[in-house]
Amino acid sequence: MRKNIQKGITKTALFLLGAAFCIPVLFLLSGSVMSRYELTESLMPLMADREELIRWDFIPMYPTFEHYIRVLFQTPQFFVVFWNSVKIVICILAGQLLIAVPAAWAFAVYPFRFRKILFTLYIVLMLMPFQVTMLSNYLVLDGLGLMDTHGAVILPAVFSTYPVFLIYRGFCGLPKGLIEAARIDGAGEWTIFRHLGLPLASGGILSAVVLGFLEYWSLIEQPLAFLKDQTLWPLSLYLPEISIEQAGYSFVASIITLIPAVFVFLSGREYLEQGIIASAMKE
Amino acid sequence: MQKTRRQKQSKRHPSIWQNKFRESRYAWAGFLLPSFLGVCIFVLVPFLDVVRRSFLTAVTEEWSGVRNYQTVFSNQAFILAVKNTVRFTAVCLPLLIGIGLFLAVQLSRLKKMQMIKSMFLFPMAMPAATVVLIWKMFFARQGFLNGGLLAAGLLPEGSFFDFMGTKAAFWVLVFSYLWKNLGYTIVLWLAGIFSVSADLTEAAKVDGASERQCFWRVIFPNLKGSLYTITVLSFLNSFKVFREAYLVAGSYPHESMYLLQHLFNNWFVNLELDKMAAAAVCVGAVLFAAILVLQKLWDQDGQSQE
Repeated sequence: MRKNIQKGITKTALFLLGAAFCIPVLFLLSGSVMSRYELTESLMPLMADREELIRWDFIPMYPTFEHYIRVLFQTPQFFVVFWNSVKIVICILAGQLLIAVPAAWAFAVYPFRFRKILFTLYIVLMLMPFQVTMLSNYLVLDGLGLMDTHGAVILPAVFSTYPVFLIYRGFCGLPKGLIEAARIDGAGEWTIFRHLGLPLASGGILSAVVLGFLEYWSLIEQPLAFLKDQTLWPLSLYLPEISIEQAGYSFVASIITLIPAVFVFLSGREYLEQGIIASAMKE
Repeated sequence: MQKTRRQKQSKRHPSIWQNKFRESRYAWAGFLLPSFLGVCIFVLVPFLDVVRRSFLTAVTEEWSGVRNYQTVFSNQAFILAVKNTVRFTAVCLPLLIGIGLFLAVQLSRLKKMQMIKSMFLFPMAMPAATVVLIWKMFFARQGFLNGGLLAAGLLPEGSFFDFMGTKAAFWVLVFSYLWKNLGYTIVLWLAGIFSVSADLTEAAKVDGASERQCFWRVIFPNLKGSLYTITVLSFLNSFKVFREAYLVAGSYPHESMYLLQHLFNNWFVNLELDKMAAAAVCVGAVLFAAILVLQKLWDQDGQSQE
């Protein structure tokens, strides 16, 4: 009996803490439907830098969709930025899969020379922060004349070694005997990859897509360094540029930015967790 | 595809066997080549160039020996940034790993915890850009944190403490890092806890071990592997805290949260490529060594367990 009560208390405490982690969404949601007048009223001390505390009501007095209408119908600029983000993320993810799936297959199936060294190299590169490779990337991109184009953000990311590692995990489960048997039956290497490998990789691929989407949807460092032209910017750089006087607009833009990420998060939760766990497994 | 079928029909022909053998021997190169070429072009080869440049002057490209390194190591901003980055890591990692383990253990005892786990993971899905305004609302002089502390009587009446403009900025950054990264730490710890076989814990309980004993004596010793990986991943994710830091406080934040990431970014903007090259080589070398050492430890641990 006492144990049950204890468990109940733990659960409630954990639930409350978890809920606190999600509170920012409530701010965004309530702020996005708050009238301009009420927003100014609540945030005035912050806007005018007065010595007074800001206030916040999670239930707006006069809910309105004026900011949504403004963002969706009266701000063409927002769409440009939104599509920039979509384009960058989709190109990166498609390119990554095209490159990483075969590479992962090579590491998982063939016991070639230098395999171990190369794989260690891939892990080290996967773990290097952007700041270390920033200058290297810049030198190549500048040489190729790609600076200030979306290619500057997309191409280096396509050759990221992180998805190779994630997808590699999925291939490792394939029994060696099965591949041998297919070879003896006369299947070519490509056929084996297409018909035995690819179906197995789906879990790893989905993990890579979910983790990749969340990562590249909020990309800051690369576009900040490589894109000077503001019309090329993704949402993640554009949002913070909105001034606090336009808080309503900012809240709505944030909500719209959040929607795809939340959608991917909720539908890919399982693969997200698998991916996190896979990235922590050793070879 | 057609070809392979034909080969199938003429089974066991010696020349085909030879071909097959050769094909499978070099097939890996075909699969790996696109990826490896890309890695060479975008990272490896230019990094060699970066190493070369780190010994040259920026504009005239004359040999300058280790002068760039000397400049970097005597640079005030670099020293400050290294100090802050080390301090940040030293504070954040133990906090993140410890709190994560505590919460994971609590969660592992519950039956239905999927939803709570997802709530902790959720910050991962929130782009840094969407929380900028909210962080301002919390941590500005007029923000909720100030209000809360005033109401609790922890701040003197009528004071407006600027969290972002004082040494407290560092702790705001720590908080932000924990908020973002606790979720996956919990997932990793949980995976580790559940990989300890249920038989083992069951047996310990039958032998009369309390839940606390069961954890410290049976489960905890088996979590070493998880600890290494969580450390590596958390450390590397700690570099991404730059996103929040930059968006909330800009290129030149309060000096208590001026990190290596800021410095690299500012050098890049000012095109101080010689300093950047030397610093990139240093930081890269330190991280490379750290990763290898951790991996060695990890391998040894794996072997001793087997």
